[in-house]
Amino acid sequence: MAAVTPLLVVDDLHRSFGGLKAVDGVDLTVMPGEVRAIIGPNGAGKSTLVGLICGRIEPTSGSIVFDGRDITSMPAHRRVRQGIAYTFQITSIFPNLTVFDNVALPVQRSQHHAVGAARLRRGVLEALERVGLTDRADQTAGELAYGHQRLLEVAMGLSLKPRLLILDEPTQGLSDGEIEGFIALVREIARDATVMLIEHNMAVVMSLAHRITVLSSGKVLAEGTPEEIRADTHVQAAYLGTPDDD
Amino acid sequence: MSGHLSARDDMRVWGLHFGLIALLFAAQYVLPDYHNGVIARVMVLALFAMGYNVLFGYTGLLSLGHSMFFAAGLYGAGLPIYHFGVHPLPAFAIGIGCGTALALLVGALALRTTGVAFMIVTLMFAQVAYLMSLWLGEWTRGDEGLTLSRDERIIEIGPMFLDMTNRDTRYVIAWALFSIGLGITLLIARSRFGRVLVAIRENEERARMLGFDTFANKLASVTISGAIAATAGAAYVLLFGYMGSTFASIQYSILPLLWVLLGGAATTLGPFFGTLLMFYLAELSNDALNAWLPDARLNQIGIVGVALILLVLFFPKGLFGSIRERWLKWLP
Amino acid sequence: MAFGPHLLLATLEGLVMAAVLALMALGLSLVFGVMRVVNVAHGEFFMLGAVLAWYFSTLVTGHPAIGFLLALVLSPLVVGAIAFAAERLVLRRIHYNPEATIVATIGLLYVLQQAALTFYGPDANPVVPPFNYRVLLPWFGYSGYKLAVIVASILLITLTWLVLTRTKIGLVMRATQYDRETAQAFGIPVDRVYAGVFALGAMLAAVAAVLIVPIQQAHYLMGTDPLLLSFIVVIIGGLGSLRGTVVAALLIGVSDGVISVFFSPTLAKMLATLLVAMVLVFRPQGLFGTAAR
Repeated sequence: MAAVTPLLVVDDLHRSFGGLKAVDGVDLTVMPGEVRAIIGPNGAGKSTLVGLICGRIEPTSGSIVFDGRDITSMPAHRRVRQGIAYTFQITSIFPNLTVFDNVALPVQRSQHHAVGAARLRRGVLEALERVGLTDRADQTAGELAYGHQRLLEVAMGLSLKPRLLILDEPTQGLSDGEIEGFIALVREIARDATVMLIEHNMAVVMSLAHRITVLSSGKVLAEGTPEEIRADTHVQAAYLGTPDDD
Repeated sequence: MSGHLSARDDMRVWGLHFGLIALLFAAQYVLPDYHNGVIARVMVLALFAMGYNVLFGYTGLLSLGHSMFFAAGLYGAGLPIYHFGVHPLPAFAIGIGCGTALALLVGALALRTTGVAFMIVTLMFAQVAYLMSLWLGEWTRGDEGLTLSRDERIIEIGPMFLDMTNRDTRYVIAWALFSIGLGITLLIARSRFGRVLVAIRENEERARMLGFDTFANKLASVTISGAIAATAGAAYVLLFGYMGSTFASIQYSILPLLWVLLGGAATTLGPFFGTLLMFYLAELSNDALNAWLPDARLNQIGIVGVALILLVLFFPKGLFGSIRERWLKWLP
Repeated sequence: MAFGPHLLLATLEGLVMAAVLALMALGLSLVFGVMRVVNVAHGEFFMLGAVLAWYFSTLVTGHPAIGFLLALVLSPLVVGAIAFAAERLVLRRIHYNPEATIVATIGLLYVLQQAALTFYGPDANPVVPPFNYRVLLPWFGYSGYKLAVIVASILLITLTWLVLTRTKIGLVMRATQYDRETAQAFGIPVDRVYAGVFALGAMLAAVAAVLIVPIQQAHYLMGTDPLLLSFIVVIIGGLGSLRGTVVAALLIGVSDGVISVFFSPTLAKMLATLLVAMVLVFRPQGLFGTAAR
């Protein structure tokens, strides 16, 4: 069997704030092309974990290897250049800039410096097309409806041409209809990128994830396919609630 | 801002800026003597303000220490001429070099802090520079300052003969430097670098998570801003022949802030019109008020103070910021 | 004079300086701590306190102590009222935005300087000390008034500390400092607390000024140096920390006194300012502040 190199290997990662162990010895291996969901109750350390992976937070100990390269002490902006993109849990766009400029920033980051204005423009419009915001390019981003702002946020992440796209609670605050569209979008993204998804909405998780990691109190409680996780009694007790009779 | 402007807007932007530059060039032939001198001075000080605007307007970093960059240019160019008889042209370059190096150093240190701390740190570094200009009084003559003689202000290379004590020469040089400065700000404002600076101003953490080295970009902004301020300082000593500690004092860090606020932060044309307006406003109101209240000992500080408070309260976007908001969305 | 007595004299001068500085920096620190804004006009409240002290002391004849006491009561009250008005008319309207507040208080700084120049004039004027008693030390006589300044400062700082830690006013202020929104939700009139704190900060500067005018003359430009020194003290002491502020004032005041006796005062100021800038760059929590934000 040909061994495929994992895209991301997290080894015995720790991070504490004061006395609180937010992430307490997490091991994690993500293969290329995977959609990995990370679930767990509030305060389980999900956001801290992805914060450590994308470099917003420094670990107390442990290591992170991305595509065979140790990135544990690499600054966040260089990790982005390595191919790790992060979309914020609380929508974080540039509200006073136009939608176009919001996306132009990551596009110009992923393109070469010498590329002309026309290529930049094309890149921006392509990304807006993918999330369906093309006709709003000239609008000020802060004036967009909330759902559209979330889409803009995803477009910004996509424009970085990431190999690993981390989505931190992307469907929070979206309507059911918007969530439908969102699931389709993530499926499409997953065709050429690995996706890591923090999500509370179990329907979204079950329909998207190839594998699920369950965190509880900073530790990995369980890991497996959606079916395995659904069947896991520990997970049911800790998180999913008491199972039905059958 | 640097959005995706239509070709028509593009034409408007270049037309407007070239129009202003042409207008200022033509103005020298019609302006009376006094106002000719004023506009030349305003153009040099506007260059200072444009440098300040790169950092304050576009990058969103409020420095209270830009007098040190202006003074570095002023003394860096003036002292070698005065003490060692250095030719004005290399001296001009030395002045710019000193200011740029200082900006790089101060930026590397001060940018380790953020927000209010950044303002206080820049204020303190500038205060150190000011005290140094007093402490080195043997060289600088402190507050009293030094005056360059006419011989020291002549550039003669081959057929080129520039006498900077001559009114018209002075105007043209000030105009040329101003135009270059305006061109540079316009290019920055519409470049990818400018877009990154604005992104840092608007949401630094997001910019970082888009893969931008925010520290390096901010440092570049401080350095460019300081270099432009230093160019204004070096030009000032050559064109007007005077250097004194006042130019290193806190007041000369506040003035560019005032000019930029009045004209409109993060607008290319704001700094010039802010400087121009403030100059005539201060002068006119000074004359009027002193005629009205001859015993009130009014001087510039009162007017500067009132202007700052009124701007912050009622006109925070300044002249061109408001024009852009209401009417001309395409203004850079 | 021999070195020892010379050093003693320098230390005493430094202590007087530290006493005044601590009061003034306490005001600045309080405003920053509770309102999260930097008041650049703080030095001008100090100047105003001094100028008004001169004015009030000239109103009465008779024993100099009467004029001085009058100034000690009235001057801080007037300065407090001016600060209160400035807070209501300007700072509140810009919603205490940190940058706008800095610009606005710079404006206020110039307006107050202009006002002092207009109504008080460009000259420096002394205030007669309330008493002239010289403490005779074996090597030199020392002004009893200066020693009284140190004592007065200690009393006032203790009083402020008691108000902050033992009274309801202090509790309300600390609650506001800790969490503005929650304080508001618990019915604390945050708005009025801010105005009160801003006025109180200015009054502390004014009291410091009244204490210093019998030693140093009142002048309309006298606010700048104390402003920078208070910045230095507040930064070194750690923002919003009362104990740190007092310790830092002692450190800066005494070392400033000692250094300026032995070195050129310009060089001393230059090095001190540079040093503090470096502290702010490399240890933003101050020398005595706790780590982590």
